[in-house]
Order: sequence, then structure tokens, then C-alpha cells
Amino acid sequence: MAWLDTIIQGILLGGLYALFAAGLSLVFGIMRLVNLAHGDLIVLAAFLILVLVSALGLNPFLAALVAMPVMFAVGWALQFFLLNQTLGTDILPPLLVTFGLSIVIQNGLLEGFTADSRRIPVGGMDSASVALGPINVGVMPLLTLASAVAVIVGLNQLFYRTSLGRAFRATSDDPVTAGLMGIQPKRIFATATGIAMVVVTIAALYLGTRANFDPTIGPARLIYAFEAVIIGGLGSLWGTLAGGIVIGIAQTFGAAINPEWQILAGHLAFLVVLLVRPRGLFPRAVD
Amino acid sequence: MTDTSLTPWRVETQTKASAISAIVAALIILLAFAAPLFASRSVMQDLFFILTMLVLAQNWNLLAGYAGLVSVGQQAFVGFGAYAMFALVILAGLDPLIAILLAGIASALLAIPTAFFLFRLQGAYFAIGSWVIAEVVRLALAQWKMLGGGTGTSLPREATRDMPALKFVGELFGVKSSGAGDILTYWLALLLAIATIGLVYRLLRSKQGLGLAAVRDNQEAARSVGVDARRMKTLVYLAAAFGTGLCGALIYVQKARISPDAAFSVVDWTAYVIFIVVIGGIGTIEGPIVGVIVFYLLQNLLADYGSWYLLILGLIGIVIMLFAPRGLWGLFAERTGIQLFPVRRRLTGGPLMSSKNGGPHG
Repeated sequence: MAWLDTIIQGILLGGLYALFAAGLSLVFGIMRLVNLAHGDLIVLAAFLILVLVSALGLNPFLAALVAMPVMFAVGWALQFFLLNQTLGTDILPPLLVTFGLSIVIQNGLLEGFTADSRRIPVGGMDSASVALGPINVGVMPLLTLASAVAVIVGLNQLFYRTSLGRAFRATSDDPVTAGLMGIQPKRIFATATGIAMVVVTIAALYLGTRANFDPTIGPARLIYAFEAVIIGGLGSLWGTLAGGIVIGIAQTFGAAINPEWQILAGHLAFLVVLLVRPRGLFPRAVD
Repeated sequence: MTDTSLTPWRVETQTKASAISAIVAALIILLAFAAPLFASRSVMQDLFFILTMLVLAQNWNLLAGYAGLVSVGQQAFVGFGAYAMFALVILAGLDPLIAILLAGIASALLAIPTAFFLFRLQGAYFAIGSWVIAEVVRLALAQWKMLGGGTGTSLPREATRDMPALKFVGELFGVKSSGAGDILTYWLALLLAIATIGLVYRLLRSKQGLGLAAVRDNQEAARSVGVDARRMKTLVYLAAAFGTGLCGALIYVQKARISPDAAFSVVDWTAYVIFIVVIGGIGTIEGPIVGVIVFYLLQNLLADYGSWYLLILGLIGIVIMLFAPRGLWGLFAERTGIQLFPVRRRLTGGPLMSSKNGGPHG
């Protein structure tokens, strides 16, 4: 039964990686922008939740709810005032500006919160578990996966059922023509990044409650998110969930063999997929 | 009708400024080689740091500025070169000088399989993919227990002390082995920096360099006139891996102590390097030279402020990228038209002499 337990733990861990990746996937899908500061923004949101919890004594879930509009505003402003200036045919400006941003956020957090490991307290919930048949499953990991599924369902509904989603798809296909139809691409981009930051806040809640975090762990989260997106195939949110689960399972199996191999096993799974299915498991977009 | 055959056309890249700068450069190089005669040990160590960062910056600039391959994973080759050198010295008992050269070759060999993976990713995805590769190499080498695993190891003192070259330098200057080590590593760094700049300049002035510029400016158009874009990019990627690995090995001969986290540090070997190139001016040979000087001054100025230093460096990088994407050297060259390493081909000698200077790339 040990292997079944490993697979279940891997799937649940995959939910966390899918949450990391959903925001990245959303931003890339709409404006072809790869945000190298994505992982650091997750850590930033985790610190925001931590401050709300410790300063106001809020419940972490309530604190995340409060942090969402704040992070939406941060994302909107970031896109509108900074990242929109870098969009164009040249890939250098967005990459180098977001790389600079990553360093700025990391060191800003180091200055404000020191390099100490933190954790968002959730009472007894982080050790609570439920029995699923013969396997015991943690409540928090289960909630993470459920949230990842809910986020993906929600984003798909947003994309295909609302006028904002139509504007997203139109701008993604052809910003100039979308502009002629009365859409302002720059505002659409800003809104998209704002929504991505709301997803980032949800990811941050689980990042911060399930394990310790410090200001320097952002880049590793970016890498997991990126791997999930590539394994899943560009442009497919369900594929991103599958990609997250592939990395999650690879990591738990690696850790079961030797704890030092956990992270390496996840990266190797990514390289194998890149080797046999360069366009990912569920490719949709051609770019 | 005037007879134009008397004044034949010539294509050349040399300018008046570049001719003067060549003489000045020769003088600076002579002075730099003689530096151990009059400079103190701490100055030599600072110069070593500046020169090795310059080599890393030139290599990254070649990748990102000329081949359009934005890598944030060059620490893979710094670390791999360093580890290869350690393995060759500790496990195979080689002379560190030979080990440095072999480490460069090992890095270029590592670049063959990584290129195979990375070239499946386009643009921005190439960037993060290169980071993944660096992480894989770091995690794999951290498993190598004979080289200290995750905690790292040191170079045995005998290995560096008994180097024939070190004894020669020590006798030449009449200094102890630690002082001679600083002089030797400094000279090697100087040689490496000159060779790197020389080779990059030579490459850019060659037919291949023209092809590279064409690919960067418009890949489809370049391919339509017969430039093999993929081959050019692969060659540049391998060359940069060689140079970066060589430099990594040299840095760690001087440090004499290695650990996976330090040797594969994204901040030390990639973030600093990117800021040096961006601040100085991406896509020019002069840019990294200007950048590394500014970087060194900033570092000394802000040394006491801890993480504020990196924060400020990041902000400067963002501001430059937004408002002066050609960097400090780009601003200077735009106003003065001066190019120390001109790579733009100009048609001279004919009847319609054009002397209008364009941007630094031309």
C-alpha cells in the first residue's frame, strides 16, 4: 500500500504546483509574457497573509480573502505601469525587467522580514487528516487540490462564459483588431495580471500554511510552475493541473527512494516529458 | 561621366576611434600585465574579481545580446566547470592549470545534451528551461559524495602549492606561494578576458558574425538568404559554455573551496552578470566593460547595506531596461558616434562616400 500512498500524496502535492502554475499560464496565454518574478510574487502574497494573520489576528482563510483585492491591485498596477511598457516583439525587455523585479522583491522581503523561516498558523488543521479507504489523507493537502480544481473551473468559466473572458481571448488572438472593437488591450492585460495575482494569493495561502517559507524560495516555485505549464501543454489549464500532478508524483516517488532526490526527480520528469512530448501532454496553442 | 574604377570600393569596419582605442588598449594590456610589480595583493584580488566577472558578462552578452538566447542558467557552467576542475585535481591528481582547460572542455561537452533539451523551448521558455538545467546539474553534483556532497570540499593545499607555474612566479617576484597564487590567477584572468574579448570581436566581424546579427534582427529573413540560424545559435551556446566553464574553474582555483550552493548561485553568476551587461549596454562589446566598472564601484559604495545593494541593483537594471535599453554605453555611443569595437560594415573608397553614423549595431 506504500506505493498507493505515495501516488495519492503526489497527486495532492500536484494540486499545489497547479495553483503555482495557473497564474503563470493565465498571463502567458493572454499576453505571451513570462513573468520571472512569479514565484517571488507568491512569496510576497504569503508574507502579506502572514502579516494580516499575526497583526490583525485574522483566520488565515479570511486573511487570504482580504489579501486577494490587495494583490489584485498590485498585479493591476504592476502590469499597467511597468510590464505593459515592455511588451513587444523583442523578448529581452520583459524577461530582464521581470528578472530585476524578482531580485527586488526577494531583497525587499529579506530587508523587511529577515531570512528566518516563517509559517502561517492554521490551528490544528495542518495536522488533521481524514481516512480515504485504507489511506490517511491530510486535510490541508486535500483542500489544496480542491482549490486548484476550483480555480481551474473558475478560470475556464471566466474565459468561455463571460464578456471579460471573450475580451481576454480576443486580445490574446489579435490585440490590434480587439482594439478596433473598443477593447483597450492595456487595461485587459492589467486585469488579467490582477486576476493572476488573486490566484497567486490562493497559492500563497497553501504555500504558507503547509510548510515553512522564507524570502528566497520564490525562484524554485517559479520553476515548478513553469514545469507544470510545459508538461501540461501551453494554453490548457487542465493540462497544467496534469503537469502539476506529474511533478508531484515524481517528487514523492523520488523522496520515497531517497529524500535528497525529491526535487531532482521532479526536474527529471520534466526533462523526460520535454524529450518525448516537446509540446506537452495536452497541447492546444501553437506558439 | 567620372571614372569610378580608379577609386575602388572597400568594405571595412575600422573607424578613427577604433584605431586610437587599439593603441590605448595595447598600452592598458601592457600595464595590466605589469600590475603585480606595483599593485598590492588586495588590488590584485579586486582586479581578479573584475576580470572574471567581465569574462562571464562577455559570454552572457554573446548569448543574449547577439544570439538572442536569454539564459538565466549560466551558473550551470560556472558550477560544472568548477566541479570538473576540483574532480580533476582531487581525484585525478592533475595540475590545476591543466584542469582549468579540461574543465572548459567538459563544460562545452555538457552543453551538447543541454542544448538538445533547451533548443526545444522558445524565447522566454528557453530562459526558465536553462534555469531548470542549472538546478538539475546542481542537485546531481550535490550527490557526489567524493567531492563533499551538499556541504562541498576544499582544494588540497599541496595541489596548488606544488604547481610548477606557481614556483616560477614565486621566484620571479620573490614572494611566498599565497602571493604567487594571486599573481598567477590574476594573469590567467587577464589572459582569459583578453582572449574572450578578442574572440568575440573576431567572431562578430566574420561572416558568421554577420549571419548572427541577421538572425537576431530577423530570423525568417536571415534563413531565407541561407543563414543556418539553429546551427549558429548552437555554436554560440557551446562557445559560451566553454568560456563560462573555463572562467568558473579559474574562479574556484582562486577560491580553493567549493559547495554546490555557492558554485551554482543564480545571484552570483547570473543576476550580477545580467545587471552588468544591461547597465553597460547589451549587444555591444564595450557594454560589459563599462558595466563591470559601474558594478564594481556600486558594490564598494553599497557594501555595508546588505540586501539593499541587490535591491538597488535590480531597480537600476529595470530603469535602464525601460528607459535606456542600450545601456550606458549605448547612450554614450548614440551621442558621440564613437565605437571602440566597431562591427558595422561600412562602404568606403567609392565616389559616394557615406559617413553618417547610425546606432551601435549598424
